[in-house]
Amino acid sequence: MKRTRVKKTDTEDRPRLGQPRGKVSAYFTHHLWVLVSSLGALWRTPWATLMTAAVIGIALALPAGLHVLLQNVQQLSTGWEGTAQMSLFLKQDVPEKRIQSLAGELRRWDGVAEVRYISREQALAEFRELSGFGEALDSLDENPLPAVLVLRPTAEAAKPAQMELLLGRVQKLEPVDLAQLDMEWVRRLSGIIEVGKRGVLLLGGLLALAILLVVGNTIRLTILSRRQEIVVTKLIGATNAFIRRPFLYTGFWYGLMGAVLAWLLVAILLGLLRAPVNQLSFLYNSEFSLGGLDLETVMVLLGSGVALGLLGSWLAVGKHLQAIEPS
Amino acid sequence: MRGRLNVQRPMIKFDNVNKRYAGGHEALSGVSFHLAPGEMAFLTGHSGAGKSSLLKLIACIERASRGNVIIDGQNLTRLKNRHIPALRRKIGVVFQSHNLLYDRTVFDNVALPLIIAGYHQNEVGRRVRAALDKVGLLGKERLMPVTLSGGEQQRVGIARAVVNRPPLLLADEPTGNLDPELSREIMGLFEQFNQVGVTVLVATHDHDLIAQLDHRLLILKQGRLERDGQTAELQAQKQ
Repeated sequence: MKRTRVKKTDTEDRPRLGQPRGKVSAYFTHHLWVLVSSLGALWRTPWATLMTAAVIGIALALPAGLHVLLQNVQQLSTGWEGTAQMSLFLKQDVPEKRIQSLAGELRRWDGVAEVRYISREQALAEFRELSGFGEALDSLDENPLPAVLVLRPTAEAAKPAQMELLLGRVQKLEPVDLAQLDMEWVRRLSGIIEVGKRGVLLLGGLLALAILLVVGNTIRLTILSRRQEIVVTKLIGATNAFIRRPFLYTGFWYGLMGAVLAWLLVAILLGLLRAPVNQLSFLYNSEFSLGGLDLETVMVLLGSGVALGLLGSWLAVGKHLQAIEPS
Repeated sequence: MRGRLNVQRPMIKFDNVNKRYAGGHEALSGVSFHLAPGEMAFLTGHSGAGKSSLLKLIACIERASRGNVIIDGQNLTRLKNRHIPALRRKIGVVFQSHNLLYDRTVFDNVALPLIIAGYHQNEVGRRVRAALDKVGLLGKERLMPVTLSGGEQQRVGIARAVVNRPPLLLADEPTGNLDPELSREIMGLFEQFNQVGVTVLVATHDHDLIAQLDHRLLILKQGRLERDGQTAELQAQKQ
């Protein structure tokens, strides 16, 4: 409802007395003029402007920064999904020859990149070395460990659904006692990332509310300090749209400046993290490198900054301009 | 501007108008009169007689409690809020307190009504200079209003009121703070605008000034229109 009202008053701004030419161009010139002059007004009080923009910037930088970090974690974990593998524990009494032929058969399957055979003896040696239970094993009469075929899927087949399918197939093989997917932890991690994403969204919503309040309050103070001007312009025939315009553009500028500041802040923080992260990933022999803000995130950041600035000032203007009438 | 051509239709018409404020104070009661296009009149009376209320009803700052206020054919009783700006653009208002914007130049103050109405930049410059020329302030367009004297500030206010050539000019105690000589100058300006067809209504309690000029005079007393006639006639009646 409010929207249509704004539209109507907007058209009233256009000249009706004389002025056959250049109505539209005068209208846009005026918009441009208000856009520039509201920036000029902010420029004349640089510290106050910077403080408001900084509050908005920090509030936007927090969810934006967390979002980028989560994106990086996700990037890292999709890299690990490729290393997902499947362990086939074979029954104790399967002869060596049958195992070799089974391994050969599996290698020909679609979606299988590699099959590694760990014999019972190798498994025992490995276990003895890694577990520290060597002496306990010595007291056993026979090797309790089964032979294992470790199956690594191709990159295309490494997706959870296809892995489940493959798991079902190998489980039906006669010599296989138990087949296990070694990617539970990857799933848990992606679950944690999902929780993190939801958290960022909620935090973002909360901070968006804070930005609305900050912009709204700043605009409210501006309106009150320009009360006399508003009364005079109303008296000489200004429409509500005309009076609203400079405040809306002020909100627009606050939002845009805040978003640009947030962009800078996140870029600086990522820059500071990049060197130690690269160091760490080098130590892990990983080629992972910290990703920055992608275009989409920057667009969303700028867009939401501008939208929040406009909305905050629109709310303040709607609430406070009505109250100011000449008397 | 149609009003000027249509002699039948009054520029201002009050039809049995009452104005009662929220507190119960009745500022105007049963006021009826009309002002033809191109007419000039003074509105006078003691303070509290209802002069300001009457002007506020014309500019639609207040609404009548009863009766009809019709401006240039438009009945303000039924005027929707969103049509008020268009009405006010037809009315130039001069205030006792000037009501200038002190953070911008004389030029920008006078240009404001044109910018509100959406005039093109070249047109704005031309009209502002014409209006400032008319009130004798052409050389001062780049000055800030605070650097001007009271009389000059009032003339800036007048230039702003007439810059978009409204058919109706209202003035509320325009000479309230000025000495007699400046007051006569200001009145002279109003008469000039009247001579080119603008309807002028001036509220003032400056009886000396009124006595010097022969125009229609509306006298309000406790919210009622007590007298209505030419200044000379009314003065003759008094004596």
